[in-house]
Amino acid sequence: MNKKPKAIIALVLTVLTVALLIWTCFYAGGKYVVFDPKGPIGQAQKELIILSTSMAALLIVPVMILTFFIIWRYRDAPDNKAKYEPHWDDSKKLETVWWSIPIVVILILAVITARYTYLLEPSKPMASTQKPVTIQVTALDWKWLFMYPEEGIATVNEIHIPKGVPVRFELTADAPMNSFWIPQLGGQIYTMSGMAMKLHLQADQEGTYFGSGANFSGEHFGQMRFDVEVQSDEDYKNWVANIKKQSKPLTKDGYLALAKPGLSQTDEYSSIPDGLFQDIVTKYVVEGAPNPHGGHGGASTEGSSKSGSTDTGTMSNMNMSGHN
Amino acid sequence: MLDKIKEFASTFFVTGDPMIYGADVSIALATIGIVFVLTYFKKWGWLWKNWLTTVDHKKVGIMYILAAILMLFRGGVDALLMRLQLATPDVTLLHPEHYNQIFTTHGTIMILFMAMPLMFGLFNIAVPLQIGARDVAFPFLNALSFWLFFMGAMLFNLSFVIGGSPDAGWLSYPPLSELQFSPGVGQNFYIWGIQISGIGSLATGINFIVTIIKMRAPGMTWMKMPVFTWSVFSSCVIIIFAFPILTITLALLFLDRFGGGHFFTLDFGGNPMMYINLIWMWGHPEVYIVVIPAFGIYSEVISVFSKKKLFGYKSMVYAMFMIAILSFFTWAHHFFTMGSGADVNAFFAISTMVIAIPTGVKVFNWLFTMYRGKITFKTPMMWAIAFIPNFLIAGLTGVMLSVAPADFQFHNSYFLVAHFHSALIGGVVFGYLAGLYYWWPKMFGFTLPETPGKWAFWFWNIGFYVCFIPQYSLGLMGMTRRLSTYGWDTGWQPLNLVSTVGAFLMGIGFLFQVLQILLGIKNFRKLKDTTGDPWDGHTLEWSIPSPAPEYNFATIPQVEERDDWWAEKDKRAKGIFRKQPPIEAIHMPKNSAIPFIMSVFFFIAGFGFVFGWSFFYIPGLIGVAICMICRSFFSYDGDYYIPADEVKRTEAAIRGSV
Repeated sequence: MNKKPKAIIALVLTVLTVALLIWTCFYAGGKYVVFDPKGPIGQAQKELIILSTSMAALLIVPVMILTFFIIWRYRDAPDNKAKYEPHWDDSKKLETVWWSIPIVVILILAVITARYTYLLEPSKPMASTQKPVTIQVTALDWKWLFMYPEEGIATVNEIHIPKGVPVRFELTADAPMNSFWIPQLGGQIYTMSGMAMKLHLQADQEGTYFGSGANFSGEHFGQMRFDVEVQSDEDYKNWVANIKKQSKPLTKDGYLALAKPGLSQTDEYSSIPDGLFQDIVTKYVVEGAPNPHGGHGGASTEGSSKSGSTDTGTMSNMNMSGHN
Repeated sequence: MLDKIKEFASTFFVTGDPMIYGADVSIALATIGIVFVLTYFKKWGWLWKNWLTTVDHKKVGIMYILAAILMLFRGGVDALLMRLQLATPDVTLLHPEHYNQIFTTHGTIMILFMAMPLMFGLFNIAVPLQIGARDVAFPFLNALSFWLFFMGAMLFNLSFVIGGSPDAGWLSYPPLSELQFSPGVGQNFYIWGIQISGIGSLATGINFIVTIIKMRAPGMTWMKMPVFTWSVFSSCVIIIFAFPILTITLALLFLDRFGGGHFFTLDFGGNPMMYINLIWMWGHPEVYIVVIPAFGIYSEVISVFSKKKLFGYKSMVYAMFMIAILSFFTWAHHFFTMGSGADVNAFFAISTMVIAIPTGVKVFNWLFTMYRGKITFKTPMMWAIAFIPNFLIAGLTGVMLSVAPADFQFHNSYFLVAHFHSALIGGVVFGYLAGLYYWWPKMFGFTLPETPGKWAFWFWNIGFYVCFIPQYSLGLMGMTRRLSTYGWDTGWQPLNLVSTVGAFLMGIGFLFQVLQILLGIKNFRKLKDTTGDPWDGHTLEWSIPSPAPEYNFATIPQVEERDDWWAEKDKRAKGIFRKQPPIEAIHMPKNSAIPFIMSVFFFIAGFGFVFGWSFFYIPGLIGVAICMICRSFFSYDGDYYIPADEVKRTEAAIRGSV
């Protein structure tokens, strides 16, 4: 049988597939949010991704080319005059080369990774002359509650932050764990019951950014999306003032209703109950027992040990579903 | 009374979805069909004697492979349903709850009930033959392992029509998997389906370690062992350390759900993080459990079809063992974003990257095995070659993911989904398919037709890239995994559509493979492997006829070289023949019904635990205990001898027909 037409068909198919993939990946809608950062953390992560990818690609692309070359050169064809050495199976020199290449690459990458890991540790406050805004994030079934303790307001499924100001997120969950992710500002962090995680981000450009829950948390997890509005300082202050003026307050009962499983639209509240976030975090602390997560790196809020134990009594009543 | 029965029936049987009614009907029809065919052709006795009670490792292997292919079909249909749902925004093919069940069962089935049994099937087929043994070390245990896996898988699949499927993800993180958030029986099916088959997996691990240590043919030192056997050994070492963790983790979760425990709940001092750590201490090594034997297969296939010795054999062995050990130091990279702090993240990031070193070395060794070889493109070799560029992509993205601070952007996104499918399909499934084609003649005595195999290959491969390359992009666009639907405003539609098309191309590839097997069976006379060595193989399994006789080797081979059979053929070509020892009576294990019956009791007990019905689990457990007692105290004549004359007759019949 003539082998050539088959080879041509395979080649054409391959080229078409590659072309289709390149076309869809670069021109067919969608925005590469991870590669379009709007803040210093996202920017640093983007640089790190590009750096680590190029380092790994430096090794992998030549190997890819070598693979195709070797397969072509040593195919068993009648007119192929390539050298054939069935018993050549050992070369200390060659093996030393390819044990050492990946070792060197990984060594360099390890140094870079370690540096960036400390640099971008999410619980580390950002270097800035501005006073950070604190937002307390609670993942609920299946909505996000954002409380602004300094402003005394709260929102559901929407975040407003001023431009150029570091934001200190304190995160917890009053539902199965989720993960809080605003790709254009920086990477995600898990939200878990009984812990207050910390994440520091900053936005340098005004705009609306996409945010979502990233860790599966049950039936309507897919709808846990929210918008992040980055505004000028003035607009942000106006927005806060407006909410203070126009919206209803969030009461403890209101929170309990909100925390029930179900979907929710965006919402705004003019005030928040005292210590609500603290109560959610310490909901499961058994009275008299040390906080099991007290020693967890970067996971406790300042002052949690103080307010935690006093509020525990009320919290056990708030536990709607109780244990089973 | 009638109302009560109705109410019970509506919670017991899953209702409300036309797809499930369809499944009900097809299950009923298939069962009736099987029963009818077996009765009509009077095959019940044959089935019982030759298959259900067999302890022959080759038959056990075939049963593993059949079950795995069935599960590949089920898991594949799950995948296609998910891709249909995501093809375009606002599709309402699946309700979110149903979607959650489907991705949960897809993941669990593909890893535990498809990859694992396919792998065990190949272990069973190849390892005893490669090391010149007549059986595995514990044939009875081997049959028991298979039936435990099978019953576990069936119990898990039953959840689709009875009681409801698990829907908390394939690793079932608490608190979502706890009673409070998953009150139905789905999670119980998950726990017991995996638990029962997991016992079988652990036993298989022990069995093959002992087999490889104790039953190698005389002369086969460790460094003369075939590289696939080495990979099996490495994989089994991981199994015996990793699977006990899984067993305990699931037992604790069960105690939480069934006995009011609080190991992983937040109230009463429990901690879900404990579960997440434990499950990944098993889960990450598990990935290497399934991929290392695939590395072994690639090594065998590439060297045979390049007509060359494997390059850097010792490097390959060290690299595999290094991977096996390192696999236990990477589990925390599954939760870099859980706030463990920079010290922990840096440690696990670097220990994860280090795995790239031995893996990279292996790739170079495969390339230089082909270098100065004569490469023929038979189907096993095509899959092995396709694996290399694929795995380079999976490796590249794996290194990207291992960079902890960058992982904050990849974690839980479609980028991750694309990465692990590249590694698991490109690395594991391609490898097992190569192995399946490679050892097919040894299993069944005929080779599979090449043409439909090549069609299957191209559909699978093109479909693979079309499906998963866009998913890397989707991840970078912020699409998270396990979404049941998304909006038009996200801009994810075109890439999702392309990805769905790719998934269906792979589905067509699978159909071509089914066609290939059917055509192979139809033309098996023409495709018959009369030599026992259709690929000009290197290792001992090719020195005996295909399919291998019950006793494998009429006389136990004396091993002198690493690729002993290849060297032997060289010598024979030069006219040097080894002196064959005389044929003697062969000691063989007898069939036993206990593994099958005991597993059925395990199934009954598991089913009872799922529903909390003591009138099921108590008799089930008693049955298990009785089977153990019978095996321990009453079955003394578990073996017999095949007389030398009969062996001679069999050998003459097989070899005479050449």
